[in-house]
Amino acid sequence: MSPDLVPVLWQALAETAFMVLITLAVGGACGLAIGLGLYLTRPGNLLEHRVVFAVLNVAVNIVRPIPFLIFLVALGPVTRAAVGTTIGTGAFTFAMCIMASFVFARLVEQNLVSIDPGVVEAARAMGASPLRIVRTVVVPEALSPLILGYTFLFVGVLDMSAIAGYIGGGGLGDFAIVYGYRQYDWALTAFVVVIIIVIVQLVQWLGNALARRALRR
Amino acid sequence: MSEPIIRFRDAVKEFPGRGRGGRRSAPVRAVDGVTLDVAAGEIFGVIGYSGAGKSTLVRLVNALEATTAGSVTVDGTDLTGLSESALRPVRAGIGMIFQQFNLLSSRTVAGNVAYPLEVAGWSRADRYARVRALLEFVGIADKADVYPSKLSGGQKQRVGIARALATNPTILLADEATSALDPETTADVLALLQRVNRELGITVVVITHEMEVVRSICHRVAVMEAGRVVELGDAYRLFSAPQHPVTRRFVASALRDVPTTAVLERLRERHAGRIVTVRVDEVAGSSAQVTRVLAEHGVGGTIVYGGITEVAERPYGSLTLELTGDDAAVHAALDGLRAVTAVVDHGTAAAPAPGEDNR
Repeated sequence: MSPDLVPVLWQALAETAFMVLITLAVGGACGLAIGLGLYLTRPGNLLEHRVVFAVLNVAVNIVRPIPFLIFLVALGPVTRAAVGTTIGTGAFTFAMCIMASFVFARLVEQNLVSIDPGVVEAARAMGASPLRIVRTVVVPEALSPLILGYTFLFVGVLDMSAIAGYIGGGGLGDFAIVYGYRQYDWALTAFVVVIIIVIVQLVQWLGNALARRALRR
Repeated sequence: MSEPIIRFRDAVKEFPGRGRGGRRSAPVRAVDGVTLDVAAGEIFGVIGYSGAGKSTLVRLVNALEATTAGSVTVDGTDLTGLSESALRPVRAGIGMIFQQFNLLSSRTVAGNVAYPLEVAGWSRADRYARVRALLEFVGIADKADVYPSKLSGGQKQRVGIARALATNPTILLADEATSALDPETTADVLALLQRVNRELGITVVVITHEMEVVRSICHRVAVMEAGRVVELGDAYRLFSAPQHPVTRRFVASALRDVPTTAVLERLRERHAGRIVTVRVDEVAGSSAQVTRVLAEHGVGGTIVYGGITEVAERPYGSLTLELTGDDAAVHAALDGLRAVTAVVDHGTAAAPAPGEDNR
């Protein structure tokens, strides 16, 4: 790799970090909210509500399976309305946030339904309000799988950021294509792949460690 | 009976059928017109086989389930039609323990016991002192900082009881609280529930399918079948004179003191004399009376089967004896026994009598 590329690589890393971290924060928060909504309004649960559940469920089912590249393009008009443009890191981060929210929502819901309904009932029997039960029972009881789900989301988001990069979002994906693939520099492409693998491994290791700590078994 | 603390009046709980449209199954009446009073300060048992509706019945008391019809009044408050937020303070005044303990795995023992205190808005310092006192009371003060996964079943239920007592409730609901425990631990937990009742004056409602639980701690009992109370009364009377077939089956399951047909056949093989089963309880008669009658008629009585235990802390059971002596004396002795207690004459090996099989 030529020394001239080093600052470019740093720039690419920073762009990827920006896209991924913003998406993890926004998508994580929105996904947790939607996932909790799915769990709570599910028939038989605390805030059982057939209509709300159906709407959320269908929304998640529609968005989640769309290939991200197509989603990115199809969301264009919405992105333009929200961000003012359809290209660049900001625009793609917006699309990533939305996709990540729906992906994480399903992960959250799946982890919450495995909570023993008995502990929720016990909390109700002690006079706890639904909001308190969510805060002090539902989330803490499912914390360990939620952390693992969030780690899984990270890998998905990193993947999305690379695709976004390819069509002009910048970041590591863009770097690998422009300076590696198009220059027939396989070594450079492989080097970027290694960087991505190392990042994923580190984050997975961190997620596993945190999840283990949260698991009181 | 003193003023009832829990009143059921024609209480009905119906669950909608599953499925939709034409394939929707019929609604299920889990509780079907129950009228019942639980007196303040008693240990009240609700016994029934699984699916009898007893767990649903007890959930009407703290309104975890709302009644479909009829009313449930707790401590003077009619729960019918109260909003979810109006029910929360009522629930906080009623403790509940569960078969599977339902402890929060994300909190330590102390954290679990503190939970209802947090809900009730206690200060940190007050919570700390209260948790210490409760863990002391249930005998697991040394486990305060341990997570529930490290506890045995009996210890978990002690935590459950401490947690249920935290906010000084007037009523404790125990939903199959000992069904997941071994017999020895069951006895410990039942003894603890008895202490809760005696020392703290808390009314305890015990849901169970084990007659042993009723036998050892309940004052009064309701027997449930298919959502209805089929028999209700004093625990001792229920044991000594069960009326409903379901009650009889439960009594038989708790005390295997009356020989079955198979047992009787083996007894006849081993013992040639006349075999009789005599009831021993406060209503029927004591074993001292039995001994005296036999001595009076010069008849030998060998105990070949049976036992005497306690129900609601009063003696209860039956003894099966082989009577030996000449025929006239044995007959006279039989008449004498009939005068003091309930007797079932099984005859002799040579001339067996069918007896009146009440099991």
